[in-house]
Amino acid sequence: MTATVTPNGTPATVPPATATPMGPATEPAASATATATGALRAFARDRRRPIAAGAVVALVLGALLLGGGGWPAALTVDLSGPLGTTSDWIIDNRDSHPLFLYGLGHVSNAVVLSVRAVYLVLLALGWAGVTAAAGLVAWRVAGARLALVAVAAFGACGLLGMWVPTMQTLALMVVAVGASVALGGVLGLAAGLSDRTHRILRPVLDTMQVLPAFAYLLPVVLVFGIGVPAAVLATVVYAAPPMARLTALGLRGADAGVMEAAASMGATARQRLLTARLPLARKELLLGVNQSIMMALSMAVIASVIGAGGLGDRVYQALASVDVGAALAAGVPIVLLAVVLDRVTAAAGERIGAAPARHARLGWAVAAVTTAAVAVAGRLSGRLGWPDAWTVDIAPTVNTAVDWMTAHLYSGVPVIGGTADWAGHFTTWVLDPVRGGLQWLPWWAVLVTVGVLALLIGTWRTAATAVAAMAGIGVLGVWDPALDTLSQVLAAVAVTLVLGFAVGIAAARSARLARALRPVLDVFQTMPQFVYLIPVVALFGVGRAPAVAAAVVYALPAVVRITTQGMRAVDPAAMESSRSLGATGRQQLFQVQLPLARPALLLAVNQGVVLVLAVVVIGGLVGGGALGYDAVFGLAQGDLATGLVAGAAIVGLGLMLDRVTQPTERRDPAGKGA
Amino acid sequence: MARTRTRARTRTRFAALAAAVALTALTGCGAADMTTQASPYADAKSSRTVTLSVQSWVGAQANVAVAQYLLEQELGYRVDTVQIDEIPAWDALSQGRVDAILEDWGHPEQEKRYIDDKGTIKRGGDLGVTGHIGWFVPTYFAKEHPDVTDWKNLNKYADTFRTAESGGKGQLLDGSPSYITNDKALVKNLDLDYQVVFAGSEAAQITQIKQFAKEKKPFLTYWYNPQWLFEKVPMTEVKLPAYKEGCDADPKKVACAYPHTPLQKFLNARFADGGGDAAAFLKKFRWTTEMQNDVALMIAEQKLSPREAARKWVESNEATWRTWLPS
Repeated sequence: MTATVTPNGTPATVPPATATPMGPATEPAASATATATGALRAFARDRRRPIAAGAVVALVLGALLLGGGGWPAALTVDLSGPLGTTSDWIIDNRDSHPLFLYGLGHVSNAVVLSVRAVYLVLLALGWAGVTAAAGLVAWRVAGARLALVAVAAFGACGLLGMWVPTMQTLALMVVAVGASVALGGVLGLAAGLSDRTHRILRPVLDTMQVLPAFAYLLPVVLVFGIGVPAAVLATVVYAAPPMARLTALGLRGADAGVMEAAASMGATARQRLLTARLPLARKELLLGVNQSIMMALSMAVIASVIGAGGLGDRVYQALASVDVGAALAAGVPIVLLAVVLDRVTAAAGERIGAAPARHARLGWAVAAVTTAAVAVAGRLSGRLGWPDAWTVDIAPTVNTAVDWMTAHLYSGVPVIGGTADWAGHFTTWVLDPVRGGLQWLPWWAVLVTVGVLALLIGTWRTAATAVAAMAGIGVLGVWDPALDTLSQVLAAVAVTLVLGFAVGIAAARSARLARALRPVLDVFQTMPQFVYLIPVVALFGVGRAPAVAAAVVYALPAVVRITTQGMRAVDPAAMESSRSLGATGRQQLFQVQLPLARPALLLAVNQGVVLVLAVVVIGGLVGGGALGYDAVFGLAQGDLATGLVAGAAIVGLGLMLDRVTQPTERRDPAGKGA
Repeated sequence: MARTRTRARTRTRFAALAAAVALTALTGCGAADMTTQASPYADAKSSRTVTLSVQSWVGAQANVAVAQYLLEQELGYRVDTVQIDEIPAWDALSQGRVDAILEDWGHPEQEKRYIDDKGTIKRGGDLGVTGHIGWFVPTYFAKEHPDVTDWKNLNKYADTFRTAESGGKGQLLDGSPSYITNDKALVKNLDLDYQVVFAGSEAAQITQIKQFAKEKKPFLTYWYNPQWLFEKVPMTEVKLPAYKEGCDADPKKVACAYPHTPLQKFLNARFADGGGDAAAFLKKFRWTTEMQNDVALMIAEQKLSPREAARKWVESNEATWRTWLPS
């Protein structure tokens, strides 16, 4: 899920920014020697036969012993009783029980205090001070160009009339990201230094990776109540895992030679950690910070459902009055913040290792003094708040454009029909048959299929996880809605991949297209999904089709990006030699480039699946039904039994899909890098 | 070397201890009651602040916008608003995260828990608006087919209301999961050939209704009054079996229409007693369906900001709101 929010284009960062930063996928594919690949392939070919035989036996046995039909009621566990009791207990005790008064209450207060402190500092700096500080920090860390971008971005936030909400969101983000980095850093440190912790932590982080943001909200709200503390904590839970993963990855990847040298020079364990291991892992650490920021920002709008305030709340309120323009005006600052923060932290990561510039300290001093001067000037001139006269209302224009578009595309377009017709056809001819087919399949056949698919691409261990996750869904008693959701995911993934591969291949072949595409991809990766819910409904009507459309919009950028980079990374020598052998462009594409880019394409599939699933809950808001609706319903009604079970089932689906599509390396027994 | 290590360890221990002490000092060692927490975004100049819950529908936005405008302009309060779904709003009200809910459509379970049992919420009186939920068809369709307005004839029209989502049955469009609805039970108990399709949010439902109306297509939807959309898309109610007191007691066996509910205000108990002018004002706040609709329309159709809409209404209705101010 991490790649969702990684609009940085350097090829080097893409592999770690994927679903498995801890896995060896991070090592350049090229480094695997040809012989190893050959041996792997032969092994894989051999594995297929026993797997196929096993599958046939299992299917026959299943048909004979178990019969058909959905998940048997006898195998389900009804959790609504215990979950209802838990929920009641929390509501009855959260104002009086010592656990809340002396434990969680302090956590909650600490969050409020820190957010308030940051918010007051931002307000005291005034708009000029904040903008100057942003520009100067960007200048010091990433150079003059990004400094201009940062200043322009903050200026735009003010111009849109969103200064105060932007500051509220920024304050919340600072605290949430700080806490995520601290928490993730500590976890990553533990996992990086101890193999046992790593083994325990890894499945937990894996699970959190596929957990949709919505699933966190309900339990957090129940305990902390609506408001900023709940929002911050949900954001931390969401944003800490990538930091933990990347920290562990960096520490574990430390050069053995350097470590040995440090040890032989008599460095203590502490010294080795502080002077060798951590500095060597700086790149991963910074990438971890970058990822945490992106995840936290992507949570900003979702957290508004539980009272986070700020920009997210503006988007959410605009949604209520079906005002796309106003939602966009609040969504754009989020996109700008994301782009600026991403570019700046990415640039900081790239600069690491370069010789420190001369007068670095002087530069920082200049930055600090200038910021202070600007802030004081702003205060003296009495212009702390953004001047009202300097705002532009984009809402009416946007609304007119959206209305025009939806009015003209909805129906009656000559020859190709309107979007409403497409949606109808897509539902009737694709979604219904897929759903019908999945729900018609006997439950054990679904499990066997999942197991076989996971085995083909991974290990028996991943296959076991996948089957267990799927079976868990059955046990929870949401088999049918889960398969409904699965059918939507499959359809959306298919559309995403077809479009994504096509665009990705085109962008890989034309540098100009790639350049033109980059800002578009950035925007769509960071644009809060709530913003495009209304246009999607206006185009495709209420139902599963708009849910699929929203998912495609969300997942497409990551797929395009990974495809482009995978295609670009293909060894130029291989391309050149194929050309000299007289291959046509087409032959080159299909026989050289695509096969060589296979790992990247598989990664794109995996990312596509995980991202699409992440939007399924959002799809519940536009008529997607199934698990997404249940999760939204649980949250809206404070119904822990429905919401938590749906959330758990979504996690199960996510784990299953991830294991089935993740090309798991056959992990070597030593567990190095696994 | 051994000594350095020992020293390092002592230093670590000392640092840990110091951190623990600092943390305790920072948070205070006493109880931390989450119900007395303020929003971190509250005004810096410790002015009196009132937090109002805004539910996601525009009518509720209208109430809050006018109350906010008057509290700020006439009584000198600062008002924060939080958008929350209905049931979580009760939680938040009980915990003191919000001070008042201005429009509640009836939640007997929560009323019993928080008002009667825990005593953390108090009633704030009628809003003056009567709410009614029902099934509606567009008036242009009802004019052509007058018999559609009786539920007994609905099965005849099931084909007309069919969509790709309703799987061979007629579609009954439902809205946000947070709204009160018995529609699934109604369809089953009245033996109707319909499928309830949940739009998942009111925004999605409104968008869909508008698209249908633009094309003059027939549709059947769960909807409620007062709602500004009636001004844009005139709709006629379908008569369901008449409502009788208690006929909706068992959610699974409901087979009658929705009641007409006088919408209620609720206040946090602590705020109701110690909220001064603001609490007194909110208790007196009482207007009519038409007034609410005027403001709601300005927000939703003319796309005025809630504040701007409230200002317009306040300017032309002084006689009404003067009576709400505490004397």
